[in-house]
Amino acid sequence: MTEMTIAAEGSGADAARLVQAQGGAAGSVRDAVVLQFHQAAANQEKNLHPLSDELVLLECGLDSLCFAIIVAELDDALGLDPFSDADEVFFPVTFGDFVALYEAAAAKAGR
Amino acid sequence: MGDLRTRLAEAARDGAQLFGPSSRLSLVELARASGLGEDRDSLAGRAVLARTGTQIGAAQALVELDGLARRIVIAPPDLADEHLAQVVETAGIEAVVTDAADEALDGLGLPVRVLAAPSLAVSAQDSGRLASEWLMFTSGTTGAPKMVIHTLQGLTGAIRPRAAGASPIVWGTFYDIRRYGGLQILLRALTAGSSMILSDAHEPVTRHLDRLGALGVTHLSGTPSHWRRLLMTGEARRIAPGYVRLSGEIADQAVLDSLKAAFPAAAIGHAYASTEAGVGFEVDDGLEGFPEHFVGRAGGPVEMKVEDGSLRIRSPRAALGYAGEAAPALADADGFVDTGDMVELKDGRWRFCGRRNGVINVGGLKVHPEEVEAVINRHPAVRASLVRARKSPITGALVAADVALADPAAAEAPEAQAALRASILAACRAALPLHKAPASVRFVPGLAVTAGGKLDRAHG
Repeated sequence: MTEMTIAAEGSGADAARLVQAQGGAAGSVRDAVVLQFHQAAANQEKNLHPLSDELVLLECGLDSLCFAIIVAELDDALGLDPFSDADEVFFPVTFGDFVALYEAAAAKAGR
Repeated sequence: MGDLRTRLAEAARDGAQLFGPSSRLSLVELARASGLGEDRDSLAGRAVLARTGTQIGAAQALVELDGLARRIVIAPPDLADEHLAQVVETAGIEAVVTDAADEALDGLGLPVRVLAAPSLAVSAQDSGRLASEWLMFTSGTTGAPKMVIHTLQGLTGAIRPRAAGASPIVWGTFYDIRRYGGLQILLRALTAGSSMILSDAHEPVTRHLDRLGALGVTHLSGTPSHWRRLLMTGEARRIAPGYVRLSGEIADQAVLDSLKAAFPAAAIGHAYASTEAGVGFEVDDGLEGFPEHFVGRAGGPVEMKVEDGSLRIRSPRAALGYAGEAAPALADADGFVDTGDMVELKDGRWRFCGRRNGVINVGGLKVHPEEVEAVINRHPAVRASLVRARKSPITGALVAADVALADPAAAEAPEAQAALRASILAACRAALPLHKAPASVRFVPGLAVTAGGKLDRAHG
């Protein structure tokens, strides 16, 4: 629950930067994503289901507005927006897909 | 042209139905019989508010009232109870039709008629006595809701007749039919006698998709945000529409391409329409924006020009005007309606580049920057704020705020900045619907002001 504690203390973007700074290279993208899901759920008063790679995004308790906010916060925190940057847009279906999309974007950006 | 019931009676195919999440209504029955019983006559020539709990109830109310009532006011699903009295006064409403008892309606002091299943036969001579006005609410206005006046003829002006013997259509939409985009689809279904699958705001996307698939949807419409949400279910294969239609927001190339990949056999079109200007045009070449020659083209039913960067439309499909005394003019002296949508010509193609005055379209819901700024500016630490659109690949746009503090030093320490941001956002979320609360807040040293003394929105 470390990320929840951090999230409660700072704004989403700040906390995500903190996680990124603290985490290792492999874990940081996933941690930032997890943090933003929790942050969006808290701010938008949604009940987020426990996150697992198999969880279908549209059944995780968040709506389109939450996803839009998560994508914007991750752009601010990580400088990555795979939805807008990719030549071919691929809409993730599961939480695992979502994380993989950002991990691939981070790898492509050399991070 | 005839009233809606007459047109439906001529077109209704055997077996065609309106399908709601938990009920259905035969089009033949809907055309043939009234669910208002003995109350029907009391609504003749009246101004009637149609405020229903369900979309299927709204569809029935429209068929019942067109040609019978002098004026039909279509309440959108989010019309707040606190605005009812003012709507009644502005539109001169004399009676209410609903599909379920509703306490908020009892306080209006008007007769309330509750729809039942169609049972009382309506003869051809007994329908279509007058050309009813249709009043619709414009989206996203600040304060009290505004209504525009349409006619059935104008609302159906963009609908082309189908060839005889064409295969049956099953329409579906992610829109609510009590809004312009959804009503367009309902009227396409009713005037062609086609089945239509209606949604419900509380229905999970995957369940709606299951129904669309099971009922064999052939033509499906929604905003780009609706379609992105569908693509994110990963269940697009459950449906196989022959026609995919986007409207209500800017359809970008990414969403058009994604839909082409998901539905390779479908024709994909995006339409431009607004509650005020009506259906402007439809684009079916798979590209974002619209061809250069659409503007300035004479002789068609819809004429368009671009002035001061915004798209203007003159069309018999446009609303006749705003409802209410002392309402502002809808069109200019030449009959053109300023859509407020800014366009740019590049490489032979017009592209949309946002709204004048910075109105932000978050997934089809409009947000006026001023209403958000007013809330932020009430925060004791804030001197001024500028609210603008931030592009989003998910909802088209999000609300972003630049905030200048009364004491800039107050946000120097990161912890203080985070606490202030959280406090401003909490105030917004308490005072505004969630889609209007900023998705991001940035602290700036100052905000530019134009020569006229207004916030410089163009360079914010």
